Amino acid sequence: MLALLPPLIVLCPLAAATILLLSAGRMPPPAARVLAAGAVGLAAALTLWLAVLFLSAPPPTYRLDVVLWHWMRVGGFDARIAFTLDPLSLVMMLVVTGVGFLIHLYACGYMRGDPDVARFFACMTLFVAAMLVLVLSSDLLCLYIGWEGVGLCSYLLIGFWYAEAANGAAARKAFIVTRIGDAALLCGLLLLATRIGGLDIATLLQPGHLGGGPVAEAAAALLLGGALAKSAQVPFQVWLPDAMAGPTPVSALIHAATMVTAGVYLIARLHPLFLAAPTVMAATAVLGLVTLLLAAGSALAQTDIKRILAFSTISQLGYMFLALGTGAWGAAIFHLVTHAIFKALLFMAAGAVILRVHHQQDIFRMGGLGRAMPGVFAAFAAGAAALAGLPLVTAGFYSKEAILQQAWHAAPLLWAGALLGAFLTALYISRCLLIVFLGPVRTAPTGRTEASMAIPLAGLSVLALTGGLIEMPNAIAPVHLLFRLLAPVLGPPTAEDAEGGAGLLLAGALAPLAGIAVAWGLWRPRAGAIAPADDGLARGARAGWGFDAIYGLLLVRPFLALGWLNRRDLFDRVPDLLAAATRWGARLLGRMQDGRVRRYAGWIAAGTVAALCLAVRP
Amino acid sequence: MTATPAQALLLASMLFALGLLGVLVRRNLLFMLMSIEIMLNAAALAFVAAGMRWHAADGQVMFMMILALAAAEAAVGLAILLRLHAAGRPTLDADTGNRLKG
Amino acid sequence: MTANLPFLLSALVAVWATFMVVTRAVAIHALLYLVVALLALACVFDVLGAPFAAILEVIVYAGAIMVLFVFVVMMLNLGRPDSLRENTWIAPRIWIGPGLLAALLLAALADALVMAAPGGGRIAVIDTRQVGLALYGPYVLMVELASFLLLAGLVSAFRIGRHIRDEDAP
Repeated sequence: MLALLPPLIVLCPLAAATILLLSAGRMPPPAARVLAAGAVGLAAALTLWLAVLFLSAPPPTYRLDVVLWHWMRVGGFDARIAFTLDPLSLVMMLVVTGVGFLIHLYACGYMRGDPDVARFFACMTLFVAAMLVLVLSSDLLCLYIGWEGVGLCSYLLIGFWYAEAANGAAARKAFIVTRIGDAALLCGLLLLATRIGGLDIATLLQPGHLGGGPVAEAAAALLLGGALAKSAQVPFQVWLPDAMAGPTPVSALIHAATMVTAGVYLIARLHPLFLAAPTVMAATAVLGLVTLLLAAGSALAQTDIKRILAFSTISQLGYMFLALGTGAWGAAIFHLVTHAIFKALLFMAAGAVILRVHHQQDIFRMGGLGRAMPGVFAAFAAGAAALAGLPLVTAGFYSKEAILQQAWHAAPLLWAGALLGAFLTALYISRCLLIVFLGPVRTAPTGRTEASMAIPLAGLSVLALTGGLIEMPNAIAPVHLLFRLLAPVLGPPTAEDAEGGAGLLLAGALAPLAGIAVAWGLWRPRAGAIAPADDGLARGARAGWGFDAIYGLLLVRPFLALGWLNRRDLFDRVPDLLAAATRWGARLLGRMQDGRVRRYAGWIAAGTVAALCLAVRP
Repeated sequence: MTATPAQALLLASMLFALGLLGVLVRRNLLFMLMSIEIMLNAAALAFVAAGMRWHAADGQVMFMMILALAAAEAAVGLAILLRLHAAGRPTLDADTGNRLKG
Repeated sequence: MTANLPFLLSALVAVWATFMVVTRAVAIHALLYLVVALLALACVFDVLGAPFAAILEVIVYAGAIMVLFVFVVMMLNLGRPDSLRENTWIAPRIWIGPGLLAALLLAALADALVMAAPGGGRIAVIDTRQVGLALYGPYVLMVELASFLLLAGLVSAFRIGRHIRDEDAP
């Protein structure tokens, strides 16, 4: 039974995607909605059942391999399509299907009235299926299928409203930037395959196989490149803010349940490989910290509500990479889970707001929405509190606390940076909350928020506030459900017996409170117009610190110049030569077929002579 | 000393080559048909010679099969030839038959 | 050597007559040379100990099939212009390529057949009785197939020939 469930769970969204794709848009929208949400809901229910079965009677080594079939066997290389069920993949599955289902439910309401709803849900369900393959596969090659699958689906969904050129450009940008990382990942996989002779994760991570030295460092660095691009970390973070071009449920799905968490999952899954490469670990931590601070700074200057949340995602992923870089695998996964919950909540609440104010996304044209939509306000507030890490009562507090403690033990400098990040996080999300929901009304909202959108908001609000209780620091209460669960995969938890927990805890609790207080001082509701800051620093931050401009100057322009130089397709000349030779040869041979019987007889005779010569005197 | 199979086969080869020469050189369909008859005969001779070498009747049986084949071929070939002649191709030029139309 | 004389003579006549067939410009001359060649071949068959084959060669080939050819030549109503045209068609220079090819084929065939052929043995006459027994014993299926072939030839020749009559009628 246990072995049957994982393939079935993958099959649910995959089958829905296939049916929706094959229907070619002819399926009536209600049927498409029911099919998509039902399939992902079924997957979520099955995952829940699987979790119950797994936890009540775990396999001996907390690991269950389900081999579906052998993909290829070449020499000693053996690639399988196989799934591994262990606590890590179980947690990821719960996140992907659970949050994914709520997002699908929400999308049923959000996408009402869109003519292309079948295509939308086909891509969404395919997205979920690809992510499930990614987290379940026991072979890196199989994982790569899911990896590319989420890349493809993100492209399709970001450019969902393809009629506008900007959306297509954003989709291409996301695809190309993640493509660079994919190439690095593929190189890493090939390196591992040639060095170790296989890509099965279990054999790959056996201590004897790894060794250390430059090969492990190179492989880890290449894998890190792939993870950085997929998870939108510096220097690959540029695609994520533009990815807001897609519909809001897509943003929620990309930011919360799928896609960007893939990089974090990959590193956590392959953590022994990274332990053998200390340089790469350090680079991961530093890049995570840099991303965290840069993105938080950018979020502080944005005026578009979805872009605020996008930069916030990059920043929170920076926390996860910081945790990974310091070896706190469990803390990273914990933050991944809580972030998936509260970020999905924030995006969906933002989407509800956007729908009610006629697709207005500029926060300085909103205001005072709290009175008109108290439910959405409460949900957004819950998400914002979790994101800011409001002490004790939110999920984000506990997961961020775990990371901060680990950072302190790795290097106090990292801890200081992360604490600054926590302050900035509270500052920018409070700014957003204060400007959008309080103060004078600038755009009058209309309509009502549908039940199918309200239910996921309510459910996620509860989870965002209480989800952190599964894992607490010793100083508050010795609850370590998640770390104990993950221990068979990620090793025994280290953060729980850290010393000096109470002092660090206090500092970590005060930073968000300080951020909220400062935000209140700066943007509290008051009479008169408020406008975004417009000095040089704010402009730089709003533009994402100019990464786009630098890449445009360093990469895009030279590439376009190369394209201009090659506008007559110089490199096509070589294949053209081949084509010309073929055409010439064909003409020559074609002249043999001129319909003259005597020539045919002559050719037959010549062939006979040749065959005889070959047969008699070889 | 009497005739050997090698000599008979050599004769068959020479006749076959001459027949081929005829098929390749002549443009008139009538002469091509005659040349084909020569080639068939050469093949039949090779069979008979082989039958003689192994003291078996199979060679002559094959000769008769070739005879039947030649008869059928000549009948159909000459009928087509007459048809072409009647259809306004009195020269019976084989090289004009490459236009894939009557 | 004396015992070999009939074979050599007939072979010489066959080759010479065949060459004449290939090179004649007048159809009926070529046809007569072909009859000569076939008769010489019949002699060769007899020398090789196949009297039945020799008789059939004379009756069926030189008799029936050649008569068919003669009929056709008569129906074609060939004349002097046709012979002249034939002469232009077999100008010397177009013999080069086919001649070379035929020589090559001859060399290859001689190499394959003659050099690799097993040595000769005593010639034993295989008479009609033996051939008949083989024909209606192990080869009976082939006889049936040959009859099918002849029937098919008959039917198609009839069909093609009927068209001529239909077209000539009006």
